[in-house]
Amino acid sequence: MPANNYSLPLHRKIFESWCAFWVIRGYLSRYAYLMFALAGMLLPLAAWWWLAGSGMMDKVFMPGPVDVLARTYNWFTRDHLFNDIWISTYRVVVGFALSAVLAIPLGLLIGTYRPVQALLEPLTDFIRYMPAVAFIPLVMLWVGIDESSKIAIIFIGTFFQMVLMVAEDVRRVPITQIEAAQTMGAARGEIVSLVIFQSAKPALLDTLRITMGWAWTYLVVAELVAANSGLGYSILKAQRFMQTDKIFAGIILIGLIGLAIDQLFRMLHRKSFPWLYKK
Amino acid sequence: MTTKINIESAGKVFADGKRDIVALQDINLTIGSNEFVTFVGASGCGKSTLLRSIGGLETLTSGSIKVDGVAINGPGVGRAMVFQHYSLYPWLTVIGNIKFSRLLQVNREGITSSDVEAASGRADALLDLMGLTHVRDAYPNQLSGGMQQRVAIARALLPRPQILLMDEPFGALDAQTREVMHDMILHVSKLEKTTIVFVTHDVEEAIYLGQRVVVMAPRPGRIDSIYPVYLPAQRDQDMKLSPEFLQQKKEILTRIRETAGMRTDLELLEKMTRQAAATT
Repeated sequence: MPANNYSLPLHRKIFESWCAFWVIRGYLSRYAYLMFALAGMLLPLAAWWWLAGSGMMDKVFMPGPVDVLARTYNWFTRDHLFNDIWISTYRVVVGFALSAVLAIPLGLLIGTYRPVQALLEPLTDFIRYMPAVAFIPLVMLWVGIDESSKIAIIFIGTFFQMVLMVAEDVRRVPITQIEAAQTMGAARGEIVSLVIFQSAKPALLDTLRITMGWAWTYLVVAELVAANSGLGYSILKAQRFMQTDKIFAGIILIGLIGLAIDQLFRMLHRKSFPWLYKK
Repeated sequence: MTTKINIESAGKVFADGKRDIVALQDINLTIGSNEFVTFVGASGCGKSTLLRSIGGLETLTSGSIKVDGVAINGPGVGRAMVFQHYSLYPWLTVIGNIKFSRLLQVNREGITSSDVEAASGRADALLDLMGLTHVRDAYPNQLSGGMQQRVAIARALLPRPQILLMDEPFGALDAQTREVMHDMILHVSKLEKTTIVFVTHDVEEAIYLGQRVVVMAPRPGRIDSIYPVYLPAQRDQDMKLSPEFLQQKKEILTRIRETAGMRTDLELLEKMTRQAAATT
């Protein structure tokens, strides 16, 4: 293949650009990346549209994008859509924040001190494998069915995973970074706060971003079982009335909110840790 | 030359569950003030363990290491250490890394504003000495491997340690960069009057830098022999080609091979081939 293809006929140029895409771990321009990403979003949408409009499936079971949009508008004007979004987001954020506030110091201790690890890690590992969903009846008995029960379920679903992930992030801090501080005369507390925590921070924010996704999963579970408001609850209610378009709308909304929060985390990552993005 | 470090029948045993591994056995060595001592030896000879013990990062199971006559107990401010890699703090800039030790309590007790100013001056002087002034505000991952090691050395030197412990600091660098680093560290040794203990697997490096080359032997880790280097105090790269240099390099290499139980590389290769054949 020539180094440049200025002199080639058009069909050869297209062919060679196409081949360049399939270099293993090759380079992709920002523009081409955007095009592929857009195609990845729009193709399924088009397929859905076509499937719903083709008449192959009953509209009751497979509403089209237009029906879903119309239903979302309807939900917004008549059925307190923002209320549902607000209450669900509130539950997720509070449950998630509670998890994070406890999991980060605990994970930091587990990843730093071996006795704490021996004391808490096997236990956490064990609880992690208990399905959070199975705790719902117990939570309802103990906490009741008000807001705190939903928050408690999100907490149970995310906290134990988060502790283990934080501990792992902390353990991944290179030992030479710690030893360098020791040879400079750093005290134990200084090593934890000035080296280990600082070094693990970017990984911790990634851990928070990933567990935030799980928090949304448990929110829906909690609302499906024990709520009278929120996006998850609305989805369940829509099922009773055979409003598949509303089910679609609810699922897509949760996906969009999740995507937005994920992007927020990524932006925060870029802003907080500039050294990772400079080359 | 006054004694700086005194290693007295130092021993270190790693308990490995089934059997004990003797990493260091009866090490006796005296290192003088502002001396540059290099350690070489086959892998597993304990040279890194000994260095880390002087740094206080490993505890001996017998014997003692004394600095200025006082037995050491854990890491201390006067004994700075430079590692092979991954020891810089990627979230701090070059100057932030160099000044890191100023953040620590041990260096903040009873200091005055003029001390702080002096420390700033010191950081700038080290930036200059290491040729890092132009990358003062860069992050470590923006620098080449050689530059990163300069930052690590500057950071170690900031509190004016009397002893600098270096654990294969140039092992990951390319040959040209290493040569530059060699002359730089010799310059530092002269300028700062630092006692330097330097572990390497590169015999040429060991002779070029060291006033004495200590050869260690494995299983159990022990000092095998000590070679005084008779090169002039002011070293230059051409000396590496002198007959004396090459002769000493050959002697030491041969000795290392012998301590590892083989006389030539060919023998080593044959042994490895036999082992590979036996395992398949």
